[in-house]
Amino acid sequence: MLTLSEVEYVASLACLELTEEEKKIFSQQLGEILDFFRQLDILDTEGIEPAFHSIPLKNVFRNDIKGNSIEHEKALSNAPQREGEYFKIPKIIGGGE
Amino acid sequence: MSYYTIIGLEVHVELLTETKMFCSCSTKFGSLPNSNVCPVCLGLPGVLPVINKKAVEYLLKVALSLDCKIPHRSKFDRKNYFYPDMPKNYQISQYDLPLSQDGFLEIEIDGNRKKIGIERIHLEEDTGKSIHTGTIDKSLYTLEDFNRAGVPLLEIVSKPHMSSPEEAGEYLKELRAILFSLGISDCKMEEGSLRCDANISVNKEDFPELSRKVEIKNMNSFKSVQKALFYEIKRQTEMIERGEAIQQETRGWLEEEGKTIFMRGKEMANDYRYFPEPDLLPLEIDRIWLEEIKNTIPELPREKKRRFVKDYNISNYEATVLCDNFALSKFFEETVRIYDKAPVITNWLLGDISKYLNAENLEITSTKLTPENLSEMLSLIDNKVISGKIGKDIIEEMLRSGKKAEKIVQERGLLQISDEEVLWNLIRKVMDENSDAVKEYLKGKTKALGYLVGQVMKQSKGKANPQITNSIILEELQKKTGEA
Repeated sequence: MLTLSEVEYVASLACLELTEEEKKIFSQQLGEILDFFRQLDILDTEGIEPAFHSIPLKNVFRNDIKGNSIEHEKALSNAPQREGEYFKIPKIIGGGE
Repeated sequence: MSYYTIIGLEVHVELLTETKMFCSCSTKFGSLPNSNVCPVCLGLPGVLPVINKKAVEYLLKVALSLDCKIPHRSKFDRKNYFYPDMPKNYQISQYDLPLSQDGFLEIEIDGNRKKIGIERIHLEEDTGKSIHTGTIDKSLYTLEDFNRAGVPLLEIVSKPHMSSPEEAGEYLKELRAILFSLGISDCKMEEGSLRCDANISVNKEDFPELSRKVEIKNMNSFKSVQKALFYEIKRQTEMIERGEAIQQETRGWLEEEGKTIFMRGKEMANDYRYFPEPDLLPLEIDRIWLEEIKNTIPELPREKKRRFVKDYNISNYEATVLCDNFALSKFFEETVRIYDKAPVITNWLLGDISKYLNAENLEITSTKLTPENLSEMLSLIDNKVISGKIGKDIIEEMLRSGKKAEKIVQERGLLQISDEEVLWNLIRKVMDENSDAVKEYLKGKTKALGYLVGQVMKQSKGKANPQITNSIILEELQKKTGEA
C-alpha cells in the first residue's frame, strides 16, 4: 500500500487530478505493483555489473547527415490550436493545467 | 569579520552539427518556424531516437581539451518534466554516467594562474523556443517553435572553484575561446548558443552554516553574469550582516533593473525521476576512437598565447586579448603573413579596430575588412603616403565598406601633403594667425611648438606630413629667434 500523500505526490508529478475514491484505489494498485517488483530483491547481485539495457548492443550511431523533415503544414496538422507558423498553447504560468 | 564567495558555473553550449541530436532534422538557425521538425523531435508516439555520432565526437573534443576523464561506459537518461517547449514531456540527458568528468580549465588573473575544476560535461537535447505575448506571467497564450527542439547541447559544469565575479568572467572567456578554436559551437550568448547559470554563496568566516547556494538564471551576456554575481554578493552579504540566513533558492536576473528576483525555493525543486533511456543503447568509448579525436584537436588558446608572445614580440596582455577572440587571432596571423610588423598590427587590432567592433557589437569576421586591405593601409602609412591620423580616420570606412585605403584616400582627397612649398605657405598662415603662440615659444615655452603643429594638422585636415611640418615650423621659429 502507498500512503495517500505518496499517491497525491505521484499524481501531481504526472499532472493528474484524482478524486478521493481514485486515490484509495491507486494506493492499493500501485502498492501491489511495487510489491511485485520487490521480488527482484531476493536475487543475489553481488559482484554483477549493472546493466543499462536488456539488448546486448552498444554504440549505435547515425552519421551527421541531413535527412528529410516533415512538411511544415503536416507538422502543424494535428495541433489543436495554431497561430501562423506556430503551435499555440494555453497560458503557461497561472493557467489551467 | 571577513567574507568569502564561492561560485560555480553551468554552461550550456549548442553544438554546430548539421543535424539534431537524435534525428536527421537540420539545426539551421533562423529557418521558418516548425519547418526543421519530424516525428522524433516533435515527440510523436512510436518513434525511436538515434544518437548523432558527431555530437559525441564534439563532446569528446571538449572533454580532452579540458583534461577530463572519459569513462569507458556511458548512457543517456530521461529527465521527466512537463513544459510545453519539450514535446515529449521528458528531455533525453545524462544523469549518473556522463560522457566525461573531472577536468580543469586554467585561468589567469593579474598574472596568476589558477585551475578551475570541471565537474562534468554531458550531452543532452535542447528544447523548443517559446514566444510569449508580453511577459510570461501576463501572457494570454504561448507560441512554440520546435526547430530548436533536439539540437545537441553540451552541459559543462564547473566545480565551485571561483571566488570572485572577475574569476567567473575569466573562466567564461577562456572556455569560449577553447570552444571557438575547436569549432564546435559559434558560442553566441545573445543568440542563445551559449548560456550560463551561476551558483553562488557568500560565506562569513567561521559561520558557513548561515549560507546556502543560490542559483541565478537569465543572464544573456558575460557582462550580465558578472553584474548578477556582484549584485548577489552585495545582497547576500547584507542579509548575513542583518543576521538573516540565506535560503537555497533559484533567482532570475533582470537586466534592465540590475537586480535578481526570487523564482523558486528549495521546496519547489523539481523531482525529475531520471531513469535510463530505454530507446537508446549504452555507449562504450574505446581508446582508438579517443586517439583519433585527440589528433583532430587544434592548437588551444593558452598554447597559442605563449606562441604569440614568443614569435611576434607582443606583450602577454596583448597575446591574451588576441587569443581570447578566435576570429581576431586568426585575422592577426593572416595579416602578419603579408605585413611583417606584428606589433603595429596588434596596435591597430586592439586599438581602433576593437573599439569599432565593441561599439557595433561585431566580430571581425562580420566586417568587410580583409588582412590584405589592412596591410595595404599600414604600408601607406609606412611610405608616408598618408599619416597615421588619416589611417585612424579611414579605418571605420574600411571596416564598413571593404574599400581599399587608397581608394578612400583619393575619394576624400586625403593624400598626405609632403610638398614643402604647399606646407610652407600653410605654416606661414598659421604662424601669422597665432602670433601669441609664436611669442610664447620665443619666451621659452617649447610646448607652443606642439600647438602650432596641431593647428597646421587641423587646417590641412590631417593631411600635412607631420615630420616635414615639424621641421619647417622649427626652422621658421629659429629664424625668428635669430631676429629677436
